[in-house]
Amino acid sequence: MATTLLRPDQSFYPSPRLAAEAPVETLAYMVTFDPTRKEPDGLVTLDVDPKSKGFGKQIGRVEAPNVGDEFHHFGWNVCSSALCPYAAHPHLERRYLLVPGLRSSRIYIFDVKPDPKHPKLVHTIEPKEIADRAGYSRPHTIHCGPDGIYVSALGNPDGDVPGGVFVIDHDTFAVKGRWELDRGPQKFAYDFWWHLGYDTAITSEWGTPKMVEGGVNPELLLAGEYGHRIHIWDLPKRRHRQEIDLGKEHQMVLELRPAHDPSKAFGFVGVVVSLKDLSSSIWTWYLDGSTYKVEKVIDIPAEPADPDVLPPLLKGFKAVPPLVSDINLSLDDRWLYVSAWGTGEFLQFDVSDPFKPKKTGSVHLGGIVRKAAHPTSGPLNGGPQMVELSRDGKRAYLTNSLYASWDEQFYPEGITSWATLIDAKPEGGLGLDKGFFTTFEQRTHQVHLEGGDASSDSYCYS
Amino acid sequence: MTGALWPWAALVLLGAYHGVNPGMGWLFAVARGLQEKNRRAVLGSLLPIAIGHEASIVIVVVAVSLTQQFLPPFVVRLIAALVLVSFGVYKLARPRSHPGGFGMRVGPGGLAAWSFLMSSAHGAGLMLAPVLLGLPVYAAYHSLREISLQAVAAASLHVAAMLLVMGIVSVIVYEKIGVRILRRGWFNLDLGWSLVLIASGMITLFTAI
Repeated sequence: MATTLLRPDQSFYPSPRLAAEAPVETLAYMVTFDPTRKEPDGLVTLDVDPKSKGFGKQIGRVEAPNVGDEFHHFGWNVCSSALCPYAAHPHLERRYLLVPGLRSSRIYIFDVKPDPKHPKLVHTIEPKEIADRAGYSRPHTIHCGPDGIYVSALGNPDGDVPGGVFVIDHDTFAVKGRWELDRGPQKFAYDFWWHLGYDTAITSEWGTPKMVEGGVNPELLLAGEYGHRIHIWDLPKRRHRQEIDLGKEHQMVLELRPAHDPSKAFGFVGVVVSLKDLSSSIWTWYLDGSTYKVEKVIDIPAEPADPDVLPPLLKGFKAVPPLVSDINLSLDDRWLYVSAWGTGEFLQFDVSDPFKPKKTGSVHLGGIVRKAAHPTSGPLNGGPQMVELSRDGKRAYLTNSLYASWDEQFYPEGITSWATLIDAKPEGGLGLDKGFFTTFEQRTHQVHLEGGDASSDSYCYS
Repeated sequence: MTGALWPWAALVLLGAYHGVNPGMGWLFAVARGLQEKNRRAVLGSLLPIAIGHEASIVIVVVAVSLTQQFLPPFVVRLIAALVLVSFGVYKLARPRSHPGGFGMRVGPGGLAAWSFLMSSAHGAGLMLAPVLLGLPVYAAYHSLREISLQAVAAASLHVAAMLLVMGIVSVIVYEKIGVRILRRGWFNLDLGWSLVLIASGMITLFTAI
C-alpha cells in the first residue's frame, strides 16, 4: 500500500531545527466523536490558512463506517524519523493517517494524498488482528518510528493488564506483533515516546480499560490504584530497563514530551492529580550517568470552590482540580504548553532550564467553575485539553473534550465542543486568536497539522 | 593482468557508489558526529563501517574463488547469474529491507555488524561476482594462491574506494553543508539498483553460454 518518491518526502526534516523552518500549515486534521455512540465519529479537515475567508472553519469531514469507535489520538504512517541512518527509508511517502478507535480497538487508515481536504478511508485494522497478533486492545498513541509504526494500547483484549506497545508494518499495515520482548514489572500503559539519540523509549501509566471506560473510579483513585510510574526501555533491544515511581499520591501519569533534540536526554511528563491536595504537576526526567531520574518542576494548585457549583464527584473536596491532561513542547525544546482541563487554563512555561521552568503566559477558556468565555463566544465549558503546536512554535491549536465517560463526570451538563487557536509570542506570552473559534456538534479531540507538528515527528540528527 | 582493466575500474566505481550512498554508511558516521558534537566521532565510524562492508564482500569473493576451483567456469557463471537475478527480483519486491535491532548508540563492533548486514541486504558483494569473473585469473586455470591474492586485491580496492569517498562525503556534510542536503540530494535508487542486479545477472548468464 505504501508508495515511494524519487526524493525524500519534503515534509521530512533531518533535525528539529530544520523542521522549525517548515512552511506554515494551511490545513489541520481533527478527530471528533459522538459520546452517545449513535452517530459515526469523524476525521475533520480545518482551514487554518489565516489568509483564507474560511479560516478556522471545517472544510471536509469523512465518517467512520461504524459507530462507537471513540476517536481519540491519531498519527502518520511515516515521518522525519524515516531519515534515521540505521533503518533509513526516506522515500516512503507521508500520506496516511492512522486513526484508532479507543473504545472499539479498530484502526482506520485514511489516505490524504489524492485530496488532502477530503481524506479517503483505504484500510481498516480490525480489533481481532491486534488481539491475535499482539495480545492488546484499546490502541491509544501512534508514533511513526524509524522502522515501523508504533502504537500504545491500554490493555489486553479482556480489558485488563498488561497494556503495552505493538508495531504495525509501514509498508503493508499488517500488525507485526507485540513490541516488548521483556516487559519487566510494567503493567499499565498510556503514552510512549523515545530519545532516538539514546536508544531509549519511555512509557507512562493511566489505568486498564476496566478502570477507565466507566469513568474515573473514586475508590480506586483515592486508594492510589491508577498509574503513578514511568518506565524506561532499551528501544532497539525492546527490553525494560528501569521503573521510576513518582509516588502513589501522583495519580495518572500521562503525556510524555521528550526533548526533540536527539542529543538531549530529558523530557517532561504531566501528572493529572495529587491525592494530597488535588494539584497537578509536571516532572522532568533526565539521564544521570546510566540511569534516569525524575524531579517535580511545576505544581499547579487546585482552586477552592463553592460545593454547590461543583459536579457530584468533586463536591466533597470543595475545590476544582486543574486536571492537567495534555502538554506539548516546542521544537526548539524551549517552550512547554500545559492544558489544565478542570480549571480551564492554558499555560506557557519557558523551559530553557528544564529544571527551573518560568511561567510566561496564561489564558482562560471554559473550566468547571470559571466557564471563561472567548471574545467571540458566551461562557464555555470543557477546558483547554488536547494541544497541538505548529512546527515554528507560533500557533497552538486547542480542543476541549477529554474522554466521553470522564467528560460526563466533570462536566455533567454536557460539553459543547470547540476548537480554537492560541497565538504563542516568540518572546513568551499567549494571546487568544479572534479569528479562529469554532464550535462542533461532536466532541473534538486531537489535532494534527498538515506536514507535521510538534508531536508528530522525531529526529535522529541534532 | 594485461588487457582487462575494466574489472578494476568497475570495482573502484562500485566502491565509490557505495561510498556516496547515504544508506550504506556515511550518514551513520555524520549522525554519530552530530550526536557527540565531535568530528572524531565521524572519522572514528568510517573504519568499522568499511570493515563490515569488506566482510560482506569477502564472503562472495571467497565463494566465487572456491567454486572456481572445483567447478567448470560456465557452471560458476550460471550460479552467479541465477543468484543475481533472483536477488534483483527480491529487491524489486522488498526494496527497503534493513537489519533490525540496531539503534543510534552502537559501538565500533555494532557499526561493523550493521554495515555487514546492510551491505549483504543490499547485495553489495553479489554485484562484484560478475566483475570478479571478468578478472584474468578466473579465465583460465590458476593456483589457489594466485586466485586468493587477486581476490583480496579486488575486495580491498573496492573497499578502499568506498572508504575514501565515504570519508570525503561525511566530512564535507558534517563540516560544511549539513544534513539539510538529505532533503534534496538523497535520490531513490532502489528501482535502479534492482534492475542493475538483474541486468548483471543476465549478462553473466549470456557470457556463460
